Amino acid sequence: MKTYFKNLFSGIWNLLQGMRITMRNAIRKNVTECYPEDRETARQFERFRGELIFDINENNEHKCIACGLCQMNCPNQSLQVVSKMVETEDGKKKKVLEAYNWDLSSCTFCGLCTSSCAPKAIKWTNFFEHAVFDKSKLVKELKGDSKPVEKKAAPAPAPKKSDDSQVQQ
Amino acid sequence: MDFELVNLISWIDESLRDLCGDASWAVSLIEYVLIAIAFLGLYCVLALILILLERKICADFQCRIGPNRVGPWGLCQPIADMFKILLKEIITLKNNDKFLFFTAPFLILAGSLGTFGALQFGKGLVGVDFNVGIFYMLAISSLGVIGILLAGWSSDNKYTLIGAMRSGAQLISYEISAGISILTMVLLGGSLNLTDLIEGQKDSWYLFQGHIPAIIAFIIYLIAGHAETNRGPFDLPEAESELCAGYHTEYSGITFGFFYLAEYLNMFIIAGIGTMVFLGGWQPFHINYEWASGFNELMDYIPSYCWFVGKVFMLVLLSLWVRWSFPRLRIDQLLHLEWKILMPISLVNMLLMAGWVAYIAAQNN
Repeated sequence: MKTYFKNLFSGIWNLLQGMRITMRNAIRKNVTECYPEDRETARQFERFRGELIFDINENNEHKCIACGLCQMNCPNQSLQVVSKMVETEDGKKKKVLEAYNWDLSSCTFCGLCTSSCAPKAIKWTNFFEHAVFDKSKLVKELKGDSKPVEKKAAPAPAPKKSDDSQVQQ
Repeated sequence: MDFELVNLISWIDESLRDLCGDASWAVSLIEYVLIAIAFLGLYCVLALILILLERKICADFQCRIGPNRVGPWGLCQPIADMFKILLKEIITLKNNDKFLFFTAPFLILAGSLGTFGALQFGKGLVGVDFNVGIFYMLAISSLGVIGILLAGWSSDNKYTLIGAMRSGAQLISYEISAGISILTMVLLGGSLNLTDLIEGQKDSWYLFQGHIPAIIAFIIYLIAGHAETNRGPFDLPEAESELCAGYHTEYSGITFGFFYLAEYLNMFIIAGIGTMVFLGGWQPFHINYEWASGFNELMDYIPSYCWFVGKVFMLVLLSLWVRWSFPRLRIDQLLHLEWKILMPISLVNMLLMAGWVAYIAAQNN
């Protein structure tokens, strides 16, 4: 009999606690975003992978060295690096980027391309309105008319003892 | 200044009598038809309001906005839904009892409408009023169980049958404690007539007149009544995660619409009965002391139907709050709650109320 009433009142107390929590949720601010209306003020998330672009600086230069690592890392062949070999003035052979095609329709936005890119030439933006009327428009050429960034004659870094040990390893 | 709708009704009655002259049967006929149309219209409009309210409140509890595209603040959403459901095809099944299959929604609607007609919406706004009004309401609201059982049986589907059986067990069990808690208040009011019951709450509602037994009865009525609407934590008959949609799985179009309509209106009706028996129906809130006479007069200025609808919607909001807070019970927990907790307590509570009534009677003599 004692446990009967104990269970009864503790049950009622627990239910009231549950109702208090739901009421606190009910009077909280809504989390819904009304997308087309709040297009200008919509919250953007820094790490959201919306669109792949070339990191082009103010001199219209990109950093791509046409190594093709991104293309190799892409799990579903969404990337196509078109390059050609040219001979520079000092007689060296060098790979130069001709076109960089990104097929949005087969991209899974996994981000393996950006993480494997050694010179950090490609990056993600928050742009997400990708709808087009023609499927062929989903294949995007990212390079545009940008040129490869001019190699600065950077001085070789002074060797350090710690670096030496790393090299030996 | 008097905004009571009863004035309008008596004006219609008088002008009809002038118009028809000697033929008093014609007046009765026209008035019956008018009342039927008014009740059916009110029934549908209330269902639309309740559906929108439910969706908005549900959205609030989940930190969403809810319907907000159709009309301002989504006000036209239930109307759009209504037209959608009217335009949908009524799918007929093979190898089932067609007659019972299409009778079931009408039985549910009949039970719910019959109860709806006996609600007292305001001063003089009464559809059905006779000396055993509250008994009639309890009796005719049980008609819905037959509809649910028939719907589950005639759908020729194991899920609908399980849903219907659960519903039958649930409704029959919970009607007992709902009935006993109403009986407790009838003991206090001393009448089965709804008009007398409401008149008795003129100075203070039965919830306050009956002290602790009335409050216990009110809580038990709210739980049992909530279970009778097949909603909230007691939605085992529908249990969408287990039984598709329970007893109305096989219905489509307007036949499904009838179930939907009856579910929402049952919520309103349960809250309405609770309002009439515990919260004074359409009587305004009065403080039964000399110093509060100004306050009482102020409360009298609010029309009676506003009081009724306001109280009912308070109870409906409470029921929605409960619905969106608690997880669904298992069938054994459900029956345990009724037969081992609610029913013994309400029986003891009735004895307590009898003692309280005897005490009042002894004091008055």
